[in-house]
Amino acid sequence: MSKIINNVVCPICGCLCDDLEVTVKNNEIVKMKNGCAVCEAKMVHGYKSEERILKPMIRKNGKLEPVSMDEAVKKAAQILTDAKYPLLFGWSSTVNEAQRIGVELAEELGSALDNCCSVCHGPSVMATQEVGIPAATLGQIRHRADLIVYWACNPWTSHPRHVERYTAFTDGRFEGSEWKSYMNKMKASASRKKMDIASKRIEREEAQINPQVEVNGPPPQTLQKPGRKMIVVDVRKTMSAEAADYFMQIEPNRDYDVIEALRCIVQDQELDVEKVGGVPVEYLREVADAMMKCEFGVIYFGLGMTQSLGRFRNIEVAIALARDLNRKTKFIISPMRGHFNVTGANQVFAWQTGYPYAIDFSQGYPQFNPGENTAVDLLKREDNDATLVISADPGAHFPSVVMKNMMKHPLITINPDMNAISRLGDVVFPTQWCGIEYVGTAYRMDSVPITLKKVVEAPPGVLTDEELLSKILAEVREIKKKRGLPVGLTEQKIVHTEPIEPPRVCPAPVTKPKPKKVVKKKKEAA
Amino acid sequence: MTEILIKNGFVVDPLNKINCEKMDIAIKNGKVVAKVNEKNAQVIDAAGLTVMAGGVDIHSHVAGAEVNMGRMIRPEDHYKDPVRKTALTRCGTGYSIPSTFVTGYRYSEMGYTSVFNGSVAALKAKHAHEELNDIPLMDKATYILTGDWWFVLENLAKGDVDECARLVAWLMRATKGYAIKIVNPGGLESWGFGRNVHSIDDPVPNFGITPREIMRGLIKVNKKLNMPHTIHLHTNNLGVPGNYQTTLDTMKAFEDLSTDGKPVAHITHIQFASFKGENWGKFKSGAEEIAKYMNAHNHMTLDMGQVTFSDTTTMTADGPFEFSLYELGGHNKWVNSDVETESSGGIIPFHYKKNSPVNALQWSIGLEIALLIKDPWKIFMTTDHPNGGPFYDYPKVLAWLYSKKAREATLKKCHKSAKKKSLLPSIDRELSLYEIAIMTRAGTAKALGLPDKGHLGVGADADVAIFNINPETLDISQKFRTARKAFANAAYTIKDGTIVVKDGQVVNSQIPGRTFWVDAETKDPCKIDDEMKRKFRDYWTIEFENYPVTDHYVKVSDRLERKASV
Repeated sequence: MSKIINNVVCPICGCLCDDLEVTVKNNEIVKMKNGCAVCEAKMVHGYKSEERILKPMIRKNGKLEPVSMDEAVKKAAQILTDAKYPLLFGWSSTVNEAQRIGVELAEELGSALDNCCSVCHGPSVMATQEVGIPAATLGQIRHRADLIVYWACNPWTSHPRHVERYTAFTDGRFEGSEWKSYMNKMKASASRKKMDIASKRIEREEAQINPQVEVNGPPPQTLQKPGRKMIVVDVRKTMSAEAADYFMQIEPNRDYDVIEALRCIVQDQELDVEKVGGVPVEYLREVADAMMKCEFGVIYFGLGMTQSLGRFRNIEVAIALARDLNRKTKFIISPMRGHFNVTGANQVFAWQTGYPYAIDFSQGYPQFNPGENTAVDLLKREDNDATLVISADPGAHFPSVVMKNMMKHPLITINPDMNAISRLGDVVFPTQWCGIEYVGTAYRMDSVPITLKKVVEAPPGVLTDEELLSKILAEVREIKKKRGLPVGLTEQKIVHTEPIEPPRVCPAPVTKPKPKKVVKKKKEAA
Repeated sequence: MTEILIKNGFVVDPLNKINCEKMDIAIKNGKVVAKVNEKNAQVIDAAGLTVMAGGVDIHSHVAGAEVNMGRMIRPEDHYKDPVRKTALTRCGTGYSIPSTFVTGYRYSEMGYTSVFNGSVAALKAKHAHEELNDIPLMDKATYILTGDWWFVLENLAKGDVDECARLVAWLMRATKGYAIKIVNPGGLESWGFGRNVHSIDDPVPNFGITPREIMRGLIKVNKKLNMPHTIHLHTNNLGVPGNYQTTLDTMKAFEDLSTDGKPVAHITHIQFASFKGENWGKFKSGAEEIAKYMNAHNHMTLDMGQVTFSDTTTMTADGPFEFSLYELGGHNKWVNSDVETESSGGIIPFHYKKNSPVNALQWSIGLEIALLIKDPWKIFMTTDHPNGGPFYDYPKVLAWLYSKKAREATLKKCHKSAKKKSLLPSIDRELSLYEIAIMTRAGTAKALGLPDKGHLGVGADADVAIFNINPETLDISQKFRTARKAFANAAYTIKDGTIVVKDGQVVNSQIPGRTFWVDAETKDPCKIDDEMKRKFRDYWTIEFENYPVTDHYVKVSDRLERKASV
């Protein structure tokens, strides 16, 4: 028996496409429609990988050995309470419901709490804290944008459906899709490539075939046409760049200069140089012209900007450019958030503590200081003496010196499969795949909340992140109580669907308040 | 549940016409009852204390995407106000936009028990509900931005009010919303391309409709759906000098829609909509004109949106207004947040200063309107938290209302414009405790159509605030500081029949509070067919099925069922 589930949400990148059609057979996803290649890789194949962890494990004599859930929870709680200053890191690939418990746990432990955004779009958050941000939801771009700039990002590979679903290749109310012209361009480019290859073969040249002769030519006339235009700015020619109307190649680490030059042009100031960041000023003028002339423009920026020289200053100046452009037209700027719920982690942390990431609870109240409380910096200084990693893989991505410091102390991991960090863990928990095996909330890159769906049953005995963290939190409180330490109250679990009293029929509003019979008579008249 | 007996307090209960009378209030099972057995009940000796119903805040931005963005971009705002974790309460931060738990605690400490969230875009309603769930000790609800929802614009442009009503009923159910919120009607849609509307008769680009038609249409929809609250309106041209004329035009446009003498619209934060003068240089108070109109008409209610002189954060769905504020200069941070097909939004941190001629006058405009409108059932006390100031400045605002001495003390420190260009120095009115109870609980509960809130009659919700004010011995207008302190730190706050605050300290943080939402049942339900779903896919970037707020997002749901007439 196979069944088809519609409108499934893809739990991978910040796009959170919610139109997947998933076919489930014998509790297994066998087919998927509408999703991109990345989505298919996880939803159809990845989630049932052989590397899946099915039982909790504890490292004994250097080897991970399966244990019961209770034992693992006890051990993890013991490690966390024994530690003077643990770090709870990860959170971007789990749902809000789990993140909420995470904050409570961090608070109870007086630990550090950080999410993956400190190594990706943390600088974007910091820039926003400096200068704000003119942003919009993706639909606004789809309906209205006639100039789309991708700066230092490669949506074609990292967010494969971003262009097709939300920006240049989608039909909005006021702007049409540029898909057709892209197809024509691709056809033309393909035949040009063929011709090139053929002619080169005729000339018997052995040189490397490079169909695009001038990588960074002048902007084409079409940049000034009405209708949708797409510009890609990057240090190398990516797939996204091929799809663009104009690709502006800049020198690495020169984003700040190029944006500042564009700002000068927008503000009608003189530029005394010929080239900025490897781009001739005339080209920049034409790009700036297109920016000022459009009806509705947008800049999407990626990690190329946040993690290259200048970091949050790059973003600050890019936001400033968008702000300047708002005096001439409507202009929006937004980060291309990576993991599907990294935005959600920022949101949950912010509403519970006031700060989006890099939070320290050691004083009994939340403190925020990126660069001090961020995971990499904490570990580099070896400030913390135990780590819990949830739904993230710093093992594959953190600098080695940082990992070495992390490994000096106990490590607890919560991940569905045996990734690099799970292999290093001292207590390794299995967990369900959120968005595939359990329901939860995630925030799209533009902060639109979407409910992830459950499509298959999880393997028996494997808990959700939320359940697992609640168990650890309860155990931590238990241990603290035994030691005579004050503990917080466990939130009463309330069944969502049942109101505390039956739904009542509220009468129409009373115009004249009728004096009701009042409680008790006055004690005495005098 | 425990029984509680509040003995010998001075009860102020305007909905039951009780003014500072010494009597007992009995509570059982979360409700006010006629009597309880004194032996079993927990007795609160309220002799010499004032007993009121729990406060009901009609307009406060406490949750949602906009609020949280404000939190995120203002670490400097939180640094100065950290809140420690205790055995009873969660930790967090203030100041102008406190974290959710702190919001609940601080409201409760002032004797408030219900809060109505100012505005939420339907697409992000789940977010608002998630945050509301994390605000303990309060009953809550949220208004839904409906004024620039494309389905509304299209149907009203067609003149199809009935179909519009069915769609709005669906929207309220789908978002678990409480009332129709309209922000700068037409202006938000225009802002999609960086434009705005400047009067209630300016056409909205691409939709062939005017703000007047949107507002009138939605008032009709509101009536047809028999909603508990009226439409909740943020007027066009908000924050622009000379806008009192737009406000008057707006109010005049609704005159014929009130057939039974009931209010048909609530204009929120009226202070920001009562500016006179052609530009900021010639900025004057338009309070007199607004108050005069309000005294002669009964079809509107208002809330103040009082400025309290603090370093706060302005946030509104009115994107174009925030941009014009940014253009005025002096602001480093500007956030714009458009929401497809529905709304826009903006945030700017703002420091209201006593020595600024404009801010000083804004302060006096809010108070002028509140004091010049004779009937306190028509105007309620708010600061439009956090736009005019954070909600924990309410005691300050109350002091200015009940004490001329308090007003004069502040006026002395203000820029002279507040004295020169407004009527405030000449106003002698000082509100009584009875009038204060109307402006903070009874009136708001009535305007919101909540029969069990805002009073202490038998059957009311057991939400009670007890203040350390003895009306027999304390002259609040003279000793305004003592009374202000009492309003800031309730002697007791009782929520759903449980004591949650004692002597201004939270003693029980485990009462989650309910979320009200309106389920208006239309005769023909709104047609959800493939055509509608296709349209939905065209208009939004999420699927129709993924749009509604499911039960999962409302921790304790309280559905208000209404019979609609369409």
